[in-house]
Amino acid sequence: MASASTTLSAPASLGLRISPRVQLGLWLMLGLGLVFFPAFAGVYFVYMASLIAINIIATVGLNLTVGYAGLLSIGHSAFLGVGAYVSGLMWLHLGTPLLVNVAGGALAAFAVGLVFGIPALRIKGVYLAIATLAAQYSLYFIFQQWTSVTGGDRGLSLPRLDVFGMGETGFYYVAIAIMVALLVAARNLFHTRIGRAFIAVRERDYAAEVLGINVVRTKLLAFGLGAAFAGAAGALGAAFLRIVTPDQFTLLVSVFFLAAVVVGGRASILGSILGAVFMTLMPELLQYGLTAVGKGADLAGLIAPLREIIFGSLIIGFLLFEPRGLVGLVERAFGRTETFDSRPEG
Amino acid sequence: MSDQSVLQFIEYSIIGIASGSIYVLAALGFVIIFKSSSVFNFAMGEMMMFGAYLFFMADQQLGLGWMAGLAAAFAGSAVLALAIERGLLRHLLGRPAVVLVMVTLGVGSIIRGVAALLWGPNVLQLSEILPRKPIFIGELLIPGKLAWGFVGVSLIAAGFVAYYRFSRAGLAIRATSSDQVTAEGLGINIRGVFSLTWILAGMLAAASGIIAGSVNGVTPQLGLVAFNVLAVVMLAGMTSVGGACIAGLLIGWMETLVGAYLGAAWQNFLPYLVVLLVMVVKPTGLFGENRIERI
Repeated sequence: MASASTTLSAPASLGLRISPRVQLGLWLMLGLGLVFFPAFAGVYFVYMASLIAINIIATVGLNLTVGYAGLLSIGHSAFLGVGAYVSGLMWLHLGTPLLVNVAGGALAAFAVGLVFGIPALRIKGVYLAIATLAAQYSLYFIFQQWTSVTGGDRGLSLPRLDVFGMGETGFYYVAIAIMVALLVAARNLFHTRIGRAFIAVRERDYAAEVLGINVVRTKLLAFGLGAAFAGAAGALGAAFLRIVTPDQFTLLVSVFFLAAVVVGGRASILGSILGAVFMTLMPELLQYGLTAVGKGADLAGLIAPLREIIFGSLIIGFLLFEPRGLVGLVERAFGRTETFDSRPEG
Repeated sequence: MSDQSVLQFIEYSIIGIASGSIYVLAALGFVIIFKSSSVFNFAMGEMMMFGAYLFFMADQQLGLGWMAGLAAAFAGSAVLALAIERGLLRHLLGRPAVVLVMVTLGVGSIIRGVAALLWGPNVLQLSEILPRKPIFIGELLIPGKLAWGFVGVSLIAAGFVAYYRFSRAGLAIRATSSDQVTAEGLGINIRGVFSLTWILAGMLAAASGIIAGSVNGVTPQLGLVAFNVLAVVMLAGMTSVGGACIAGLLIGWMETLVGAYLGAAWQNFLPYLVVLLVMVVKPTGLFGENRIERI
């Protein structure tokens, strides 16, 4: 099963020859590491780990749409917004538990994603990109203007969440558990007919149609599923930050997730993980490095512009020199390049 | 409607059309790049913003005056555009649209960051090259900057369209746009055409940026506002030079009316509402060629 799937470039397997027993051992170690991480790490690290988990979920979702199905979306953060608002409202008005809120946010984002995916049925390429841009601005407009429901610019304030009576650590476990479940789901999706149809549609939609794939339905589903992941991430983010405002869901945030997908590696689950980790930590490292270099200088004004320059350079650099992203770099480091076709461009 | 409100409506309309003229130049830049090389340039707004800053730098920071400012803006924007085309997009010819779009988004992000580093986050006022004195037509009052901006845009757009229609280089661009392979076969240097369209787009962007900046001031975020140009291009139909002119004025007109009667939030949202409607009703736009692939 695993070897068959590598030829389709779908799952996260690195293409390394590691025996199944060693693999199992590695996974167990990673799992134990995640479980015991909060016991040894400080509050700040648990906070960052939770944020990374949320960003990984959103990045994997965008990768389903952009990387696997080849549908360019530059409105991803708007779907996070849908998830955040819906879950926040469920919590405030219905008092439902976190898991139900996350599921509700994901479902709502799925539905909204389908609606905005409809233009994808008629148009391709850059036209679709502009349609998603319109989705971004439309949803932002609704978040901002529908004051009676969303609270307008002031947004929603959510009560403090106490999972298992463990506070932030409890939330960390929930976020990690949901992330792992969604990663496994995304990975397994590409062992199914639906997931492979995504790739077929990306490579040659005419040929896919001839092969009996319903291209229209596949594209819609790719769009909706990507949005659903974003919705789950948005719902978790709302519970995590305890505030939901329109300004968390701007175009720049969408570009952040696009950068994470490109930098990590398109059409790769592992790539999404690497990309999200890298892009989340990058600003922190930048800040850390700057304060170390220039003590006392006025650095606050430098960080935001430098971030934008680094974002842009990373996107361009990877597309020009390593289109497979960090995954490509990792594979190269392990000496296994181009042994299977994982170029997402065909 | 009373006379007063009719008068007001006409005034808003004139202001709207005049402010829409800023979109026209940027939209023309979009269209010629897209037509010749199928690259959708998401960095167009940042090229506008950068041109305006170059003008500011030569004019005020270096104190060379507004003529040197214009020269610096046009030359600098042309060089920047050429660098983007030669340095990046030429290496990516034939790659999927997804890749090209992401590269231009990356370029926009870099330009935004560089501008913020060099000139800071605050609004800078360009020196007033456009006369400020309002113009009266009967009882109608039109702000001077807008009116003269409109005149400037009209001259530049007319010059551009004439160049595009009647010069040999314009002919080469049109030939490349309609069929790259045949154009190449007839001895047209299509790589040269790609560079030329980028240079022209860069200069159009600079002109549009300077006019926009002299009305509202310049910030590193000017480029993001210029995303509205996308709506103009969608409405025009991506490949129509004349359509870009009409659609630019139309969007500017609607935006101002909506802003005046419904509020600023609606004004920002309107262009995207237009995009959604155009997508659903007529993806080829008002004047576009029917070459969208549908599946």
